[in-house]
This record gives sequence, structure tokens and C-alpha cells, in this order.
Amino acid sequence: MTTQALLQVLASGLLMGLIYALIAVGLSLIFGLMDVVNFAHGEFLMTAMYVVFGAFLLTAIDPVLLVPIAAAALFVVGAAVYLGVVRFAMRAKANQGMVQIFATFGLATLMQGAAQYFLTPDYRSIGNSWLGGKTLDLAGVFLPWPQIFGGLVSIAAFGGLYLLMSRTDFGKALEATREDQGAVALVGIDRNRVFALGWGLGASLVGLAGAVLAIFYYIHPQVGATFGLIAYVTVALGGFGSVFGALAAGVIVGLVEALTAALLPPAMKSIGIYALYLGVVFIRPSGLFGRL
Amino acid sequence: MTTDALTSPSAAGLLPRRRNQLLVAAGVFAAIALSPFVIRDVYLQNVLVLTLLYAAVSQSWNILGGYCGQISLGHALYFGIGAYATSVLFVTYGVVPWGGMIVGGVLSAVIALLLGYPCFRLKGHYFSIATIVIAEIGLLLVHNWDFVGGALGIQWPFGSDSWWTLQFARDKVPYIHLALALLAVTWFVTFLIEDSRWGYWWRAVKDNPEAAESLGVEIFHSKMAAAAVSAFFTAVGGAFYASFLAYIDPESVMSFRFSLLFALPAVLGGIGTLWGPVVGAAILIPLTEITRSYLGGSGSGIDLIIYGGLIMLVSLAKPEGILSLFQRKSRKEVRS
Repeated sequence: MTTQALLQVLASGLLMGLIYALIAVGLSLIFGLMDVVNFAHGEFLMTAMYVVFGAFLLTAIDPVLLVPIAAAALFVVGAAVYLGVVRFAMRAKANQGMVQIFATFGLATLMQGAAQYFLTPDYRSIGNSWLGGKTLDLAGVFLPWPQIFGGLVSIAAFGGLYLLMSRTDFGKALEATREDQGAVALVGIDRNRVFALGWGLGASLVGLAGAVLAIFYYIHPQVGATFGLIAYVTVALGGFGSVFGALAAGVIVGLVEALTAALLPPAMKSIGIYALYLGVVFIRPSGLFGRL
Repeated sequence: MTTDALTSPSAAGLLPRRRNQLLVAAGVFAAIALSPFVIRDVYLQNVLVLTLLYAAVSQSWNILGGYCGQISLGHALYFGIGAYATSVLFVTYGVVPWGGMIVGGVLSAVIALLLGYPCFRLKGHYFSIATIVIAEIGLLLVHNWDFVGGALGIQWPFGSDSWWTLQFARDKVPYIHLALALLAVTWFVTFLIEDSRWGYWWRAVKDNPEAAESLGVEIFHSKMAAAAVSAFFTAVGGAFYASFLAYIDPESVMSFRFSLLFALPAVLGGIGTLWGPVVGAAILIPLTEITRSYLGGSGSGIDLIIYGGLIMLVSLAKPEGILSLFQRKSRKEVRS
């Protein structure tokens, strides 16, 4: 591989990795908050992609400007899923871990089915964003603008998340609830409210990711399954509950995937990520930045 | 580590409760064995075969996931090993499926032990995700491995109906009896283990590993034993499935949806119980098969809506599984 080609691979991997990080961070945030893995996370992403697609059809506004709408819509979806499903799963006295897995997995299946039923199984794409088809030539390394835009949104979202967590009352309540669920109730924080807002926040982050993906990726009911698995691997690689871990792991996953795809047949491109994940957790059972 | 007697009350003679369970099982299995003479419809017989198969494989999953509490979401790997070992041995080397079934089972158990070595250090979600990832790696490798047919898979040759080669093109009834035998064996193995020392150890590992360890339970060995038994029978199920379909490809025996299909009946019926997987499969499989063929034919998604909704409802409304509806309160209190 020439240096030029290697740079190309690394740059593409980095941009995709930032989007993976954005997909994963909401999952990690919710886990850190309340020890729940949302197995419908990929379907949240799929929902966001359809929201952008639908809003684009209705309004003909450029999808680049529709990104905030997807985030807002997914905030509602996330909070509703907490209030309608997860809240009840947390009350289970027996097999709680199992109940959470299967309640959210059942939800994922239902969402896929609903997408197929109401929106058909067809593959769709948003043809004419003004970013579409344009590339940036950086000294011979070509980067598509939609991916650059995705990377920038991801960086901005992580910056915003950092500020939210460190500067606002909500962020402090979130952090306090992460630290000690029992104690926060004593100081008058409504745990249920924090959880609902946490789910809303986590979902709106994956909503951002879905919105930027919708600009350059095919939209179909099963799209969540692919990205969902990458998100679980990313979160576990970075360490469940760690926001910084999700960012670092997302970038690593993107780079490793791009390198694997360049070296092995395209069908095998995921094998590098999987091998990396197993390699890391077998040595460090709680991921790169996970609390032991 | 010793493997001496079953240090349980039942060693001296079956307790009445245990004896009753055996009698109930004998009655249920006998009724199922006779059912094809009442159910003549080929489509329904097909559904019955699948229901019995998933009940058996879910029972195998239950040994590791339900009794030992290690939530594997990668059992499709073992199912695939069984299916592929049997198909390759039969189609390429002419070994009868009975042999392939055993080879696949043993191979699967060995691989489960090798994988268990690093995986059982992982806790909770890290373990579950590692099992998904390992099964996905297996799927990718099989996809790209020409020796086992790659993405095209393996077609079994057409032969005459025979118990020797497990091929029955004209009649589903032998498959019903085979699947029933598989279920009966896995049920009986679980029955035996449940009241043995391994059974008690597994439940201790599931409920409270720290306390179990302080009482001298060898946690790691317990998990390894559960994994090996569970993988063996899952692979035997895969071998049966391959002979039933007479054609396999990577997606049709190793995709992620199988890993879930093995766990779900147990979860739905009641994990860590003898009848949970059977009850769960008896509800889930006919429901999914029938909704799929009547409503989901064109990929409309209604089958997924019903399937997903049901899983969600049951897991939220009855976390202990459907079976708990029929259990008397008093016994639950005694057990807990």
C-alpha cells in the first residue's frame, strides 16, 4: 500500500469512526446511568434516518438542516421508551438483566416490523443534498463532504455533551445519579425524571448520528441491526458507561474497519473489529476505559 | 475436582415430586409421539417438528443460560458447527448423519471449552456481547470458507427414505419422532443434572457467585461444564436441522436470529426450569411460523410486530416466565 493510499484509508476510517462514536455514546451514557443495555439502539438509529428521509420528502429542506429535527424527534422517542417500556423492566424482581435484554430486544423487533409494514422494506436514499457527491481534495486524499459533515457533527456533539455534563444542573444530576442512585433520592432529585431525560439525551445523540448517516447511506428497516452490533462492540471496547471510552473506541473501530477492508475481501471487513474487541476484553475484561 | 455421587436426596431414591415430574414427562412425550396420527396436515406437522427442535435446543441453551446464568447470545455458533459437521461428513465423506451428529456435538463441546477459557472471565454484558461477536466471526469465516461451500452452502443428495441416512422426503412423521427423541433426551439430561451437584453449583453460580465461591463452589469449572453440555446438545440440534432441511448455508443455520431463537423460548417459558423452554417453544414457534406464513409472506412486517410485541409483553408482565403462572406460591417461597 502506498503512503497516499494508507492516508486515504486512515482518513476515511477516522471520519466513519467519529460517526460510530456518536452512535455508541448514547448507548454508553444510558448504561452508565442505570446499568441497562438498550438492544433497540440500532432501531433508534433507523428511526432517525427515516425521520430525516420523511422530513426531506415533506419539506424539501436540505437534510443538512434537518439534523436538529432528528435529534429532537429521537429525544421524544427515547424518553417515551423509558417511560413506556424500560421503567417497567426495571421493576422486575426476577431475572432483571434478562428482562431488560428481552424487553428492549422485543421492542427492536417490533420497530423493525413496524418500519417494514408502514414504510415498506425498500432501500431508499436521499438523492440531492447539496453536500451529496461533493468531495474535498486534501493533497491527493479525497474525502466526501457528507462524511466530513458527519465527523464535524460528532465532534460538536461530544463537545456539547462535555459542556452539558460539566456545566449544567441536569448534567450534575446525571452524574450524581450515575454515582449513587440511592443518595440522589435523599437530596430530592427525582430519579425517574433523570432517567427519562437521560434516555432522551442518549437517543437524541444516536438521532444526530442517524441524521448524518441518512445523507450518504441507504435507509431500510434492517439498517439498525448492522450499526447496532458495531455500537455494542464499540461501547464494550471503550468500557460500558465511559463517554470518553466511546469516543476513543469509535475512532479505533473506524480505523480498524477501514484497514481491514483495504487488506481483506470486503465481506470480511468486520472481522478486524471483532478480533480487536475480543483481544482487548480478554486482556482487560471491562474494556479500555471501563471502571472495574 | 471429583465427579463422585450425586450428593442429593434423590440419590437414595426419587423424591415423590421428582417421580411425578418423570411421569408427567412420559405422558407428555407419549402424547406428542402419537399426535402425528391425529395431525395429518403436512404444514402443521412441519410446525410441530420445528417446535420440538427449538424446545430441545432452547433446553440446551437453558443449561448454560438458565441454570448457570451465563447469558449466551451466540449459540448459533454451536448449532452451525453441528449442522456443518454433519453435512460435510455426509456429503463429502459419506459418513451417516448419526456419526456426524456425535462428531459435531463433541467438536462443539471442545470449542465451547476453548472459548469458555477466556470468555468466562467476562461479566454480564461483556460476556453476552463477546458471545455475539464470536458467533459473528464464525459466520463470517464459514461464509468465506470454500471447503464448506462458502456462501452457497451444502446441498444434501437426494436419497431414498431411510433411518440410516436420516432422509425422509415423503413423510414428516419420522422427523417428528426424531425431534421428539432429541427433546426427550435433552429434557432428561436436564432432569438428571438439576438434582445433581452440578445443578446445585450452577444455581449457586447464577444467584450469587461470590457467596458460592466462599462456600467452595468451583465457579470456573461449573461454567465450563455447563458450556460443554449446552454446546453438545445445541450442535446435535443443528445436525438434526441440517438433515431436516437437506440444504444449509451460513445464514440458514448460523445467523444471529438463531441465537435469539434459542434463548427466547426459555425466557418466555421460564429460565432455569425443566419445562420453561418446552412451554415457551410451544407458544412462540407456532405463533411465529403461522403469522409468518399467513401475514408475513411478502415481508410486510406484521409477523415481526406480533413477535416483538409478544416478547416485550411477556418479559415485562411475567419476568419469571409463563410457567410461573402455574406454580404454587408456597413452593416458590421454599425455593428462594
